[in-house]
Amino acid sequence: MLNIKNLHVKLEEEDKVILNGVDLSIGAGEVHAIMGPNGSGKSTLSYVLAGREGYTVTDGSALLEGEELLELEPEARAAAGLFLAFQYPVEIPGVGNMTFLRTAVNAQRKARGEEELSAGEFLKIVRAKAKTLQIDADMLKRPVNVGFSGGEKKRNEILQMAMLEPKMCILDETDSGLDVDAMKLVAEGVNALRDAGRSFLVITHYQRLLDHIKPDFVHIMAAGRIIKSGGPELALEVENNGYADLLAEAE
Amino acid sequence: MMLVQAKTDALTARSGALTVSGSGWLGAARRDAVARLAAMGLPTKRDEYWRYTDPASLTAATPTPAALFDAGDEAPAFDGIDAVKLVFVDGVFDPAQSDDPALAGVEITHLSQAEGVDIHWARDVYGVLETRGQTPVQRPLATLNTAYATQGFLIRATAKAAKPVSFLYQNRSTTSDALLHHCIKLEHGAELTLLESGPAAARITAVMEVEVADGARFHHIRSQGRDHERRAATHVFSRVGAGALFKSFTLTANGCLTRNEQIVELVGNDGVAHVAGAAVGDGIFHHDDTVFMTHEGQRCESRQVFKKVLMNGAVGVFQGKILVKQGAQKTDGYQISQSLLLDGDSQFLAKPELEIYADDVKCSHGSTSGAIDDTALFYLQSRGVPKRMAQSLLVLAFLAEAIGEIEDEAIAEDIRSRLEGWLQRHEH
Repeated sequence: MLNIKNLHVKLEEEDKVILNGVDLSIGAGEVHAIMGPNGSGKSTLSYVLAGREGYTVTDGSALLEGEELLELEPEARAAAGLFLAFQYPVEIPGVGNMTFLRTAVNAQRKARGEEELSAGEFLKIVRAKAKTLQIDADMLKRPVNVGFSGGEKKRNEILQMAMLEPKMCILDETDSGLDVDAMKLVAEGVNALRDAGRSFLVITHYQRLLDHIKPDFVHIMAAGRIIKSGGPELALEVENNGYADLLAEAE
Repeated sequence: MMLVQAKTDALTARSGALTVSGSGWLGAARRDAVARLAAMGLPTKRDEYWRYTDPASLTAATPTPAALFDAGDEAPAFDGIDAVKLVFVDGVFDPAQSDDPALAGVEITHLSQAEGVDIHWARDVYGVLETRGQTPVQRPLATLNTAYATQGFLIRATAKAAKPVSFLYQNRSTTSDALLHHCIKLEHGAELTLLESGPAAARITAVMEVEVADGARFHHIRSQGRDHERRAATHVFSRVGAGALFKSFTLTANGCLTRNEQIVELVGNDGVAHVAGAAVGDGIFHHDDTVFMTHEGQRCESRQVFKKVLMNGAVGVFQGKILVKQGAQKTDGYQISQSLLLDGDSQFLAKPELEIYADDVKCSHGSTSGAIDDTALFYLQSRGVPKRMAQSLLVLAFLAEAIGEIEDEAIAEDIRSRLEGWLQRHEH
């Protein structure tokens, strides 16, 4: 599904290297988790894959089903099947959540040469999906993320994911700012989307989220590289011992 | 006090070819304006009130020729809104293209028919509200209009009108010079919506005086012509009674010089006055919103919401004032002026002012200039929305608060679709 090879990235405006040779391969239907200390480059990896400005790729590649993502505009990456659930979902005053969702869904359908959804069809689908995520009609009407609580913002991200049906989902610290119940609800939303054709990359600080979204593989990132990969037991090891031993081992 | 020579010279040049006409009350009001004007002269760019907008082309003897504008396949503004349509060509009423001015509960009389007839309500409005609006700041172009305008309508509403009255302006001459003067009176409990649209002339000097009696409601929605080369100075003077409502919204797309003045007096208790504007300009575009909101009555609410989208060297100006007089307790005044600068060449000049003589009031004002929010843009793109569509969405979102001031949803939608069309035609 997603093949990242030797990815080197620096900040566009200063000579600071953030990613220093990331290699990561995610198969169809797999769930991978990335953990790592603050500043290790986890969020940068997600932004670079989604196409945010401000970064320069100095080397390497990232293929989504064989297609080079790094050469595409952000909207084309989305149409190709990539989705990033933001750590800090953006508030957009003046744009209704429903308008936003429908514009996004139809723009992607159009880019893929599919029929756009009519207002009626769209409404039916969005209402059903919103209900399972406990998103009420009021949240759909309000401007995108404006006045949403932390939990509402994250549920709104998952709703977007459910509506857009991407192939490759990146969840950037989706658990941050959530209480246990909210985290469970979000995790259930994610688990409902798991299937053989859809892959996930879950970026998190804590093992806790991985109790709910069970990963097939866990990677530890430090100083812009993946320093260790393993199964779910690796997350437990971090939870119990912290990163110090792993970092020392890698040096 | 000796008048600055330049002001007198400007007046002599500008009024040289104009003559005062009419007898009876209207003739008297015009002659009074001529006398007032002689004591003021016309503005120059040295006037503090014209600091950000050079009035030279508005006061010149003849208008700068302006190319006629072809709107292409865009439908005229408010095309789908059922209204009594009154058409002006180059600033002159054209009965042949107009509807029969008949609307239940509304009297519609052309200025030319008013001369010599004692329309008692109009003599208390024509030139009267304009005169009141001359203090504390002089507005000589409005007085010039009162003195010399022969085109316009006197409209009196005595009940709730079933549909709007719509002034449609058409421009056929590259050197047309329009002086339009309308007077509107809403009697107790009446309600009327007035629409204005289209390119009026190469140069437009307009005055509208609106008296909203106690408990009456007036809605004014204006879509100024998309013609690029016109120069316009418009003034709306309004006096709002107890429990009455006055709302005015203006869409301005293009125009090399537009100065829209709104002078509002809330004279009764519990009155409401909202003035709003959305302006979009690309290139040679200078747009000035000048507002003077006076609170006299108690517990009145006023809002000024002005948004401008500027690119390729376009200039936006906002001069907005809230004056709360002594005794105007429990005033709720709000003023916001914002610009979205789509490049580094455009500029926005804002002068928000508050002057408050009552001690129990709530007044807020804010003014900002900014670029499109890159984070929001990336968020939309990351969901698959193409960059240009995302930018348009964000621009419309920026303008939403101003458009939100229009109560009628069909009219608001018309304005929104015109803005969408404009954004599609102007890449940024």
